[in-house]
Amino acid sequence: MWTFIHKLGSPKHCYRIAGYFIPYLGTISIVCFIYGLVGGLILAPADYQQGDGFRIIYVHVPSAFLSLSVYMVMALSATVSLIWRIKMADVITKVSAPLGATFTFLALVTGSLWGKPMWGTYWVWDARLTSELILLFLYVGYMALESALEDRHMAARASNILVLVGVVNIPIIHYSVVWWNTLHQGASISLLNKPTIAPSMLYPLLAMLVAFMAFFFAVMLMRARCEILLREQKSNWVKELVQTT
Amino acid sequence: MVEASHKLYVKKAVPASAWRACLQVLRRDLLLSLRRRSEFSNPLFFYVIVVSLFPLAISPAPKTLQMIAPGVIWVAALLATLLALEHLFRSDYDDGSLEQLVLSPHPLAALVFAKVVAHWLVTGLPLLLLTPMLAMFLHLSAQQTSILLLTLFLGTPTLSLLGAVGAALTVGLRNRGLLLALLILPLYIPVLIFAVASVVNAGVGVVVTGQLAVLGALCVLALCLTPVTTAAALKVTLT
Repeated sequence: MWTFIHKLGSPKHCYRIAGYFIPYLGTISIVCFIYGLVGGLILAPADYQQGDGFRIIYVHVPSAFLSLSVYMVMALSATVSLIWRIKMADVITKVSAPLGATFTFLALVTGSLWGKPMWGTYWVWDARLTSELILLFLYVGYMALESALEDRHMAARASNILVLVGVVNIPIIHYSVVWWNTLHQGASISLLNKPTIAPSMLYPLLAMLVAFMAFFFAVMLMRARCEILLREQKSNWVKELVQTT
Repeated sequence: MVEASHKLYVKKAVPASAWRACLQVLRRDLLLSLRRRSEFSNPLFFYVIVVSLFPLAISPAPKTLQMIAPGVIWVAALLATLLALEHLFRSDYDDGSLEQLVLSPHPLAALVFAKVVAHWLVTGLPLLLLTPMLAMFLHLSAQQTSILLLTLFLGTPTLSLLGAVGAALTVGLRNRGLLLALLILPLYIPVLIFAVASVVNAGVGVVVTGQLAVLGALCVLALCLTPVTTAAALKVTLT
């Protein structure tokens, strides 16, 4: 057990282990995507209130879920990196950020597309939308700092501190936005406040959730592999790897 | 100027206690900003100019101005604080005295806290003193103005403390001003929301102790957590 964890800390083994997991994650993702898309977009009945418009939840809910989860993954790996100085944790924090920002952006776009037929406008200063927007700003700030610092080691440690500051602030920001929102307007209709959701709609949604998660981990590991090669380009095992392939 | 700032450290090499070291840092920073007045007066002029743009841009009608005043004053104060924060560590970084602070035997978090206090005294406090004039420009009632001052008194220390983390993270960079804004502005949102809401509510006669309590809580939280974070960030960016 411990040797496995220790091996994860070494770039060479991390590269190998990541390569081992990618095909499995990719397969899970593709299978769940197919089931979720067919089930959600074709087989599931139209909602009695929202018609076919509700089908956007099959993209919106998983991306909104992941937008926050990816930040938590980053916070976790930033903590690991700051406490135990494991370089591979830095790699994971760094490569996750653009993915998280993309999911946040996707959640915002699908949310506003859904808002047009439902609320009659593309943008409403709804608590959830506003929090998502601020989350996007936090991702942007992280990526800006990460890319501005030239020394890679310093960049990683400084941006790790920023991630932790962000993670302390996310609940504060979220609840202040919710409070602000109830002050200004009545709570908007939200996507998930329906008491029950029919199984024929729910299972594709869960499948999409799994598909998105597997997709995130697969792409994250692929990007991590690239990043490892880039960082270790001077080491012998990378040179050997490049020569043999 | 560079020599002067070094001398202040040399004269009292290794002060007896951390408390005295903090007082030294406080005294030194206040003295330095007295000699470099423009660095600290510029954000204040910025504050006044930005606020006076709004009547020109929107409408000079007193009713409209009264409605937008709390938000306008707070956003301008936020931007002015941000502008001033760029200078928090800059000259110390340039002349190397920041490294001396990091190397000193006293807890860095306490020294950093002293620096932030000094910074707030020369930027936040004057901002507070200018505000009644701006409130008059925007036709705020006396009662709303007093609440506005109270929110600024509770809110601007939080802004300075949070901003210090950002300033420490970006200390060695060329385009730090813009980067600082990107990093820190999203974190200012809770303070903005509660401060503006309490001034607006005071205008319609609602009790605002709840919002003021939240502002105070945010300030206490920032007081506890940010000096340590700023110290950690400085240790990273100065290596």
